[in-house]
Amino acid sequence: MFNLDFWSEIFQSIDKNRTRSLLSGFTVSFAIMLFTVLFGLANGLNNTFSETFIDSASNSIFIRTGRTTKAYKGLQAGRRIQFKNDEYNYIESEFKKNVEFISSRVYRNVTASYRNEKNNYLVRAVHPDHQFLEKTIVKKGRFLNELDIKNQTKVIVIGDLVKEDLFNKNQKIIGEYINLSGIQYKVVGIFNDDGGDDEERIIYMPISTAQQIYGNNEYVDQINLTYNPKLDYNKAIDFGLDLENNLKDRFTIAKNDQRAIRIFNMAMQNKGINQMTSVLGILILIIGLGTLIAGVVGVSNIMIFIVKERTKEIGIRKALGAPPRSIISIILAESVLITTLSGYLGLLIGVGVLEWFGPSLKTYFITDPSVSITLVIGATILLIISGGIAGYLPAKKASEIKPIIALRDE
Amino acid sequence: MLKIKNLHKSYPIGSSSIHVLKGINLSVKKGEMVAIMGSSGSGKSTLLNIIGMLDEADKGNYILDNVVIKDLDEKKAANYRNKFLGFIFQSFNLINYKNALENISLPLYYQGMKRNKRREIAKFHLEKVGLLDWALHLPNELSGGQKQRVAIARALASEPKLLLADEPTGALDSNTSADIMAFLQKLNDEGKTILIVTHERDIANMCKRIVFLKDGIIMEDNFINQNRVESDV
Repeated sequence: MFNLDFWSEIFQSIDKNRTRSLLSGFTVSFAIMLFTVLFGLANGLNNTFSETFIDSASNSIFIRTGRTTKAYKGLQAGRRIQFKNDEYNYIESEFKKNVEFISSRVYRNVTASYRNEKNNYLVRAVHPDHQFLEKTIVKKGRFLNELDIKNQTKVIVIGDLVKEDLFNKNQKIIGEYINLSGIQYKVVGIFNDDGGDDEERIIYMPISTAQQIYGNNEYVDQINLTYNPKLDYNKAIDFGLDLENNLKDRFTIAKNDQRAIRIFNMAMQNKGINQMTSVLGILILIIGLGTLIAGVVGVSNIMIFIVKERTKEIGIRKALGAPPRSIISIILAESVLITTLSGYLGLLIGVGVLEWFGPSLKTYFITDPSVSITLVIGATILLIISGGIAGYLPAKKASEIKPIIALRDE
Repeated sequence: MLKIKNLHKSYPIGSSSIHVLKGINLSVKKGEMVAIMGSSGSGKSTLLNIIGMLDEADKGNYILDNVVIKDLDEKKAANYRNKFLGFIFQSFNLINYKNALENISLPLYYQGMKRNKRREIAKFHLEKVGLLDWALHLPNELSGGQKQRVAIARALASEPKLLLADEPTGALDSNTSADIMAFLQKLNDEGKTILIVTHERDIANMCKRIVFLKDGIIMEDNFINQNRVESDV
């Protein structure tokens, strides 16, 4: 049935009703175009959000300390809270189940010199897990490892921009020694970071080395961790609050003291963003589907009209021996063809619009607006189904035409 | 060939119904050329529609070429129409966006015949009605007589057992009418069984038998001396 003759029948009919077919297709084109553009813009908005936090893992929790602001249990306000390795060990062992990666941080500003080059950089002394917390990409060599921590080795991993500042092009770097404020460190790795230039002007050092050299203590400036990705947002938020409460107990801090221990939990941000994007997504889906339904109704309407106008022709075909199935399939196929083709056109225009205007929308918080292949495939299937739905009623009407009535001379 | 026994048909009109055919008995042998005459409302078109399987009788038997025509679903009816019957209409009923050849090919398309074969057969019949030069013309580029000849070629294309013509000359002037009738006579000479519904006495006289219908019953049924028409086709 679906051979050359069948299609030539359909194209003949579309060609004959060119204006009408075009008009009915227009609504569908418009619907799909609107949908594509809106969806792309929403994606762009989403991209902006995720790009903002791209240099850290999306399930990060940062814990910092400050001074207490409230007197509590006989302790004065204004007391300075200082984390030590104990806190790191405490979190690592007590919350094992909910922690994916964890690292302490110690910060130091240093002057680095190599041969004649000299510059100031920030040293971040960390645990090996830190690589995963900050999404550090090791370009050459290696990151810090447990052995470095254990032996307090004087090794460093330098950012790409540190390398460019201090070293000549094409020079051997791994294994070279850099002087950081008077002490020689061996470079064991070079890294990239998507977080921008500042992140690539950082030098990583084993935390134990830094603790020994800069003060010979166990002080920790900050603890970063990622929660178990299996936790949903609410559980992750609960985990963060739990952590905060436990740490406050540990240091005898009032529960409502906002500054002594500050926890930044990405889950809270993500939950908000997630809610917003899903609401946005639903809104767009409603608008898109609504327009598509309008388009389908339009096509259906026009197909009914076409069937009505072709009543006589259908009657003739039936008198000549056309089985009902052939009439139905012709009307259905025509409807599916119009819907799919015009829908696809709308999709192409929509993607074109996104490609064309996308880059200029960066100022409006929209980054790289685009639609995925999955959406395109989904839309195609949806269009074929829509065409089928649009054609169903007219096809049924056509199949119910009685030749005797259709052929009656007016 | 064709046997009809005690055929009844009524149409509902509002709450009541009108009885159109009130017990028709008719039998037509192969090779006959029968005119069904009657004024409008006599039931002649209804009878033709039932014979053409475009409509179904309420009561009675209808046997066509030894096949009992009864309880047809649409698919079966379409199949029988395609195999047994060729229709010729007053208003030609050609499909206006298909050229002469495509129009003639259409019944063959519904038989599932291959494209080339269809074309060949359509050409043969178009030549038979003398319009081979007009093969690629659309119906609106043809005269009334030419259109009817294309329609006849289309009716012949599937080699039907029975040709049914509903006022075939109703829309034509008398010269062209004579042409068409001459052609139908020629087909009849070649052995085709033809049934013509008409209300014109002189058209009826060109057939071999006249069945006169009035108020849903056959009043007269006579074999006549055929009035031969000469034509240049």
